[in-house]
Amino acid sequence: MMVNHERGRYPGRLIAVEGLDGSGKSTQLYLLKRWLEMKGLKVFFTEWNSSLLIKKATSKGKKRQLLTPTTFSLIHCTDFADRYERQILPLLKAGYLVLCDRYIYTAFARDAVRGCSSSWLHNLYGFACHPDITLFFNTPLQVALGRILGGRPQLKYHEAGMDLGLSADPYESFRIFQGKIYEEYLAMKGRFRFIEIDGSAPIETQQQAVRDLIAAEIDLPRYRSRTIG
Amino acid sequence: MRFYGDGIPGVHPEELTGRLIVMEGADGSGRSTQMEILRDSLENKGHATVNVGLRRSTLVSDELKEAKQGNVLGEITRSLFYATDFADQLENRIIPALKAGFIVLADRYIYTLMARDIVRGADRSWVRSLYGMALVPDLVVYVKVSPTQLIERNLRKNATLDYWESGMDLGLSRDSFDSFISYQRLIQKEFALMQAEYGFSTVNGNLTVRSVAREISSRVVDILGV
Repeated sequence: MMVNHERGRYPGRLIAVEGLDGSGKSTQLYLLKRWLEMKGLKVFFTEWNSSLLIKKATSKGKKRQLLTPTTFSLIHCTDFADRYERQILPLLKAGYLVLCDRYIYTAFARDAVRGCSSSWLHNLYGFACHPDITLFFNTPLQVALGRILGGRPQLKYHEAGMDLGLSADPYESFRIFQGKIYEEYLAMKGRFRFIEIDGSAPIETQQQAVRDLIAAEIDLPRYRSRTIG
Repeated sequence: MRFYGDGIPGVHPEELTGRLIVMEGADGSGRSTQMEILRDSLENKGHATVNVGLRRSTLVSDELKEAKQGNVLGEITRSLFYATDFADQLENRIIPALKAGFIVLADRYIYTLMARDIVRGADRSWVRSLYGMALVPDLVVYVKVSPTQLIERNLRKNATLDYWESGMDLGLSRDSFDSFISYQRLIQKEFALMQAEYGFSTVNGNLTVRSVAREISSRVVDILGV
């Protein structure tokens, strides 16, 4: 079952986006997906914390504030493992372009901020292969915070990092929490070969950069879906 | 006390003044019966006890029960689901009880989970690191019963062999009797390998309930002095 850190060992290609909330990564991944689909390529999209099987437990845990750093980490890893075993891996084997909105680095960053040991975390996610391309949307902290907090949204308890006891004010807590996550991302970017995208540039400029990069790195015509009939 | 590995963020093992006794063994090994006897005897001596077991967490036990009904979880997902269940109980039941000076009686612990994962192909070092969050118990009693004896007891009790305790998901045999024997042998082999590393106190569970209980009680006295 174990770990394979070689890139490109499956026929498919794995593209992940990482970055802070409000970094613009989901918008960019959506536009990339539309472009690839309209080119007639085999594309699959999956996002963090979305396994139906695990969702009930996760939301119960969050709602009732039952989660500790360890169980928070484990339940998100379970969610990821379910998507990995049932979708990501088989689709990579089947030659898909698999697009992941957040990947294991999200856990490395968030859970480390919550106090989990990083060697434990890296082992925990050791079953997962690293993406062929990891796009890191490097948006200045203040810009990302402004995008999220601008509308004075209702922040969820864990989203704001309230479980860390950083501040009694959810907005202040969110700011500190995101700042710490940002530090973790910056510390990881070299080790895991993140490709940085300037998340403060206009949407169109970013998307052009993303598309150019993907086209240069991946032989896209290979991933055309062959329709029978 | 101490952890096997990195432990749990925010928990200081030196604050845990209670004791942790683990009982391991297959279904039909007499494990639960022995657990009750031990509990009675400890309470009789004036010790406060707390019982824990697998699949009893508030967080995911319902989901795990559901998942057990259909074979819907991948191997890694299932491992992690059980690890989540374990961690939840460790943090919300075991550790608070140990802080309060209770004797925690664990009906199965990480060893069963690790053995199950490993015979299903999980990487040993992955599993070991995963359960680095666990506390090292004061005593681990492993009630060992031969697979044929286990079959006899399970059939007498339920007239059928449990799908998972027979390892039917492994495809060892389509016949539950044969599968049960092969699967329990694999598990016992894993326990034998773990024995050296984790220092189980193995008890011959083929004997009568009373003599097994006597054996366990004397080991509890020897090692824990209670």
